[in-house]
Amino acid sequence: MIGEQDEAPGAEHEVADYDPRYPIVIEGLTNRFGTHAVHNELDLTVRRGEILGVVGGSGTGKSVLMRSIIGLQRPETGVIRVFGRDIVAAEPDEEIGVRSRWGVLFQGGALFSTLTVGENIEVPLKQFYPELDRELMHEIARFKTVMSGLPEEAASKYPSELSGGMKKRAGLARALALDPELLFLDEPTAGLDPIGAAKFDELTRNLTDTLGLTVFLITHDLDTLYAICDRIAVLADGKVIAVGTVPELLESEHPWIQEYFNGPRSRAAADSKQRSAENARRAIDNPPPGKA
Amino acid sequence: MAATMREWADFSLQGQGGDATVVVEGPLLVSTIGSLDRKLRTFDQPVQRIDLSAAAAVDTVGAWVILRFAREHGAEIVGASEQAQTLFAAVDGGDATAPINPPRPSAPYRVAEATGQLVVGWGHGVVRIVGFLGAIVVAMLGILRHPSRFRGRALVRQMELVGVSALGIVGLMSFLIGIVVAQQGAAQLRQFGAEIYTINLTGRLTMRELGVLMTAIMVAGRSGSAFAAQLGTMKLTEEIDAMRTIGVSPMEALIIPRILASVLMMPLLGFYSAVIGIIGGAAIADATLGIPFLTFLLRVREVVPTYDLWVGLIKAPVFGLIVALAGCYQGMQVEGNAEQVGLRTTLAVVQAIFMVIVLDAFFAIFFSEIGWE
Ligand SMILES: Nc1ncnc2c1ncn2[C@@H]1O[C@H](COP(=O)(O)OP(=O)(O)OP(=O)(O)O)[C@@H](O)[C@H]1O
Ligand SMILES: [Mg+2]
Repeated sequence: MIGEQDEAPGAEHEVADYDPRYPIVIEGLTNRFGTHAVHNELDLTVRRGEILGVVGGSGTGKSVLMRSIIGLQRPETGVIRVFGRDIVAAEPDEEIGVRSRWGVLFQGGALFSTLTVGENIEVPLKQFYPELDRELMHEIARFKTVMSGLPEEAASKYPSELSGGMKKRAGLARALALDPELLFLDEPTAGLDPIGAAKFDELTRNLTDTLGLTVFLITHDLDTLYAICDRIAVLADGKVIAVGTVPELLESEHPWIQEYFNGPRSRAAADSKQRSAENARRAIDNPPPGKA
Repeated sequence: MAATMREWADFSLQGQGGDATVVVEGPLLVSTIGSLDRKLRTFDQPVQRIDLSAAAAVDTVGAWVILRFAREHGAEIVGASEQAQTLFAAVDGGDATAPINPPRPSAPYRVAEATGQLVVGWGHGVVRIVGFLGAIVVAMLGILRHPSRFRGRALVRQMELVGVSALGIVGLMSFLIGIVVAQQGAAQLRQFGAEIYTINLTGRLTMRELGVLMTAIMVAGRSGSAFAAQLGTMKLTEEIDAMRTIGVSPMEALIIPRILASVLMMPLLGFYSAVIGIIGGAAIADATLGIPFLTFLLRVREVVPTYDLWVGLIKAPVFGLIVALAGCYQGMQVEGNAEQVGLRTTLAVVQAIFMVIVLDAFFAIFFSEIGWE
């Protein structure tokens, strides 16, 4: 990466005052479909190395926000900078030097249907690092398949032969193919069994900690929010109405946030987190007999 | 490109024989590991230790390459950072032998298999398409018994798509064909001084053959392909399954309106095409042969027997049925992936045009046998 900066593609979209602590900066974003304004002067900053949970009711524009950040949706007005590159000014398919640094998991998986899972994972590798040995690419495809929680045999299956949850995992494996610095996940745990979802959370947290990933995570899964998110951004009325940790958000007066975090499901998720923490503490205090 | 400026990972060998250490240097990242991986693959000396203390950064791909090398040589990894150790644990899973590409048998076997599948596929295809036709007939009878299930709006919509919106292109095509037939016909007939027979040629040919045939080909390209692509996509996105579970029969809601629309619109389009073709012929005759426009049209009325019109009108619905049947059948056969939609759409058009031309030959013989020459 270093030494590449002078001639790097997309240099003309570079902004002068890029602060590496904030890989994503959004200012005054307005998105409109016809007369329906999805976002209205929305501001959001994502910090490096954090898992930012994005919540909001269905149809509040979480997926559209993600599509705007990765340059698939031209906003009406506003500034979006990813790694200091101006995304809005760039053409949708223009090479701007950030696509090898992010990985995206779409809400529907968006796997290439004519390729097997393994071949899907190899697509970004071939695109950005064609010098890699073919055998190494196969190996990468295999361990990413296993890493994202799929059985190894799934690597040679076509997307149409997978279950809904398996497609999600395969999508994650492809998103992780390049060990990206920035990971966009649109409802990654929706449609996973609870054990699988917990493993998924753990994997996301682990990767974030070891690789220093920054994760933009859209979710409706309260367990995920409590378990792994560093901060949570709440979308409502076309804006980010609050950003902060769970305790900080609980202070908020906004009725939607109150209802969200004080609903029965939220309390259950919070309890279970507390219980697992207590269990862990108890296990340390009184080790089971025979294992000392 | 900037790739030349990349700093690659590399290694050096320290110590010999029973105490060899591979010291890895540089960033062990997916972007920089390419050449190191290749060198390590061909490295075949005994190694006791792999020293990572000089490695800059590690990601999962770097961790994998080192871990694999360590396993192959039974070597011990030393000097790994805490981060690297977590990554070793993360990438270590499975025995890493599973295939990535779909199973692909050897070439001779593949040829034999493909041939066999083609033959069997043809056989099954014929049986299935007959079954499909049967299902359509049964569904139609059902609709006759319960007319309330008939989808009038869908039929009107399809008639608009198949017929009305095709008027422009079919008209233009027919006009040009009329011009070509009259002009070329005149050039040949002039040699016998029989230019006047250009009118017979143009009138009878467009009424009997060209009008309906060219229209069928155009409808196959326009609507047959659209049927296949649309139904195929709906199958892929499980829309058709969803309809079934709600109790809406795709046969009644999707297929019958399309088939009926084609069967009903083809005669109209075919006749329209023939008329425009004659007008095209009349126009060129007026311009280059010195036969006045109106004289041409009046003479057509005298030389074209009524049964020529019937020949066209009898063939047209049959061709419409074939085009719609091929489109709907192929669309409903789509399974699995997006490529299938393309393949099936191609098949629908090719089969429709082929069948139309074959049947047209049969019709030609049949009609001349019964004296409609
Ligand atoms: N291509 C489009 N054309 C028109 N409107 C759209 C389009 N895409 C999204 N919308 C509208 O934008 C709004 C936000 O959609 P979005 O998909 O971002 O919701 P979301 O917050 O992701 O919801 P969910 O949690 O259900 O996924 C919705 O009201 C939707 O109707
Ligand atoms: Mg969404």
